Amino acid sequence: MSSRELILGRVRRNQPPWRELPSVPGFGRAPGDPLAAFGAALARMGGRMATAPAGESLDAFIRTVCPQARVVCSAVPEVAGTRAIASVAHPAELEDVDVGVVRAVFGVAETGSVWLSEREFVVNALGFLPQHLVVLLDPQAIVANLHDAYRDPGFHVARYSVFMTGPSATADIEGVLIRGAQGVRTLTVIPVAPAANEAVIQRRTS
Amino acid sequence: MGRVDHAEASSKFIEAKDHADFHDKRLWDLRKKRDVVSEAIPEWEQLRSLASAIKEHTLTHLGDYLEAFEKKATANGMVVHWARDAAEHNQIVLDILESHQATILVKSKSMLTDECEMRPFLENRGIEIVETDLGERIQQLDDEPPSHIVVPAVHKLRGDVAKVFARTIGTDPANSDIPYLAESQRRHTRPYYLKAQAAMTGANFAIAETGSFVVCTNEGNADLGVNLPPLHIASIGIEKLLPKIEHLGVFVRMLSRSALGSPITQITSHFRAPRPGAEMHVVLVDNGRSERLGMEDFWYSLKCIRCGACMNTCPVYRRSGGLSYGSTYSGPIGVIIDPTFNLRKYSSLPFASTLNGSCTSVCPVKINIHEQIYKWRQIIAERHQLPMVKKEAMRAAGKILSSPRLYRAAVEAAAAGIERLPRFMVYNPFNAWGRQREVPAAPASTFRQWYVKNRGGGR
Repeated sequence: MSSRELILGRVRRNQPPWRELPSVPGFGRAPGDPLAAFGAALARMGGRMATAPAGESLDAFIRTVCPQARVVCSAVPEVAGTRAIASVAHPAELEDVDVGVVRAVFGVAETGSVWLSEREFVVNALGFLPQHLVVLLDPQAIVANLHDAYRDPGFHVARYSVFMTGPSATADIEGVLIRGAQGVRTLTVIPVAPAANEAVIQRRTS
Repeated sequence: MGRVDHAEASSKFIEAKDHADFHDKRLWDLRKKRDVVSEAIPEWEQLRSLASAIKEHTLTHLGDYLEAFEKKATANGMVVHWARDAAEHNQIVLDILESHQATILVKSKSMLTDECEMRPFLENRGIEIVETDLGERIQQLDDEPPSHIVVPAVHKLRGDVAKVFARTIGTDPANSDIPYLAESQRRHTRPYYLKAQAAMTGANFAIAETGSFVVCTNEGNADLGVNLPPLHIASIGIEKLLPKIEHLGVFVRMLSRSALGSPITQITSHFRAPRPGAEMHVVLVDNGRSERLGMEDFWYSLKCIRCGACMNTCPVYRRSGGLSYGSTYSGPIGVIIDPTFNLRKYSSLPFASTLNGSCTSVCPVKINIHEQIYKWRQIIAERHQLPMVKKEAMRAAGKILSSPRLYRAAVEAAAAGIERLPRFMVYNPFNAWGRQREVPAAPASTFRQWYVKNRGGGR
């Protein structure tokens, strides 16, 4: 007998009597100011929110957010950076990147998380191998909590998707918190609507 | 296999006073952080009930959900393997690695692979394994198992880590600055992501509806691993199944809040299909789980989501350290799981508890941990697995407690005894309560003597 048959047979023989699946309510409590709630939650997780002054280009603003950056690799049309993600053939080529720039599909006010999939990263390692990450987020695209977040149809189509909540972190030695464990050292969210706003709003409300 | 002697192992842990005190404090701090964030959520208790009910439903339909998961995952382009036990799991992983000529494996933390003792198996067959979680890496380099399922090196102080790293990855032995140690591990580990041919993760949840699985981490190590090499292997215990994506809301909201007191892990990753040009293999592991599902009193332990909250709150765990349990799973959850693997080997563990029930009240999936501990004690007593000292002490106690006359005589004698007996009579190996603490001075009269004198009457 194959292990598959053996395991399934034993599981079915041993399953306790039927128990019902409860339905999960939404626990919806939309915050009055979703962006402020998002920013506060993000700050608790070690991330920061930064708004570009009117008239300043995003490229220039990212230079002020990450002043040491030499290599900026952008996966968004709004930021040119110094390297286009389209030119990256293998994820290891991102090793020398100082700042990765991506656009989140949506944010979660409860936790300060942003949701990104392979479509936004283009090369998934862009979220982890650079030293710093800048995430553009449409202030209109913020859901209240994780229950709402998991209703996004993206979970049924994305091969790979993540909630990123602040930079990588560890407290494995004596509980001392280190922001910037092995992934990105900082994570900055810039609230800015995409150039072509319609498509995103439609997606969020459909 | 020898029996684990939890009391004996704990006494060694307690001897290192600085370590033991810090361990106790650090874990209680996690417990307090958990309280703060859970109390901030008005529906917390409702979430616990939902999580428990969703898990119980899934476990009572596990066969169907496993098949649904397999079907979806396969359609998505993953390869699904089934392992009946640890040996088969390890062999499957080796076969996958060998068929890809993979010799370096970057691995994120997985208790299941520790349970299967996979690392020595693969290392003996020429695979270099790099544990990438900081705590797990410290333990690997020190050739010690993890002592906690969430914070594997929580029993070590910075000086211990400095020594291990100086010996193994060339840090300055005189520098025990924690940011320096963490940064050194980052710089040491990052090149491995680029040169490894394969990455491995566990999984926190597997979703039948979509054939996807979820990995919750903080350090970025798991996602660096799986997004660089072209091969990802995930080991998943069969109890990790959930029916639908929508159920993740309940569990992800509670996992990190219960574990570390943070609202979510820094990174929560969802894997539904391999990226183009890469391979993704899932190994569904039984290793005793299907048998446990048939144990009337104990199948509830399969609801566990491995948050570690029961360990952080347990006074015995905090003061005895995870290594004293002699198993991958320690603390209250280990106490109820380990005997299902080997009753004789782990027969002392159900006695490593005060039965205070704190574990049960913090458990996010409402496992009746302390009741299960009590049930294991009964089974162990019935099967004559009690240690001799405990058995004799209990027999004597039973005799005395069942007779009012003997009880009164004993209490009066004991009170007199504590005052007059030489120390070695009170503080000896047969009196577990006399270890690590001073027995309080006896009052001038017993309660009964006081009652008879002040309230009169009495018989």
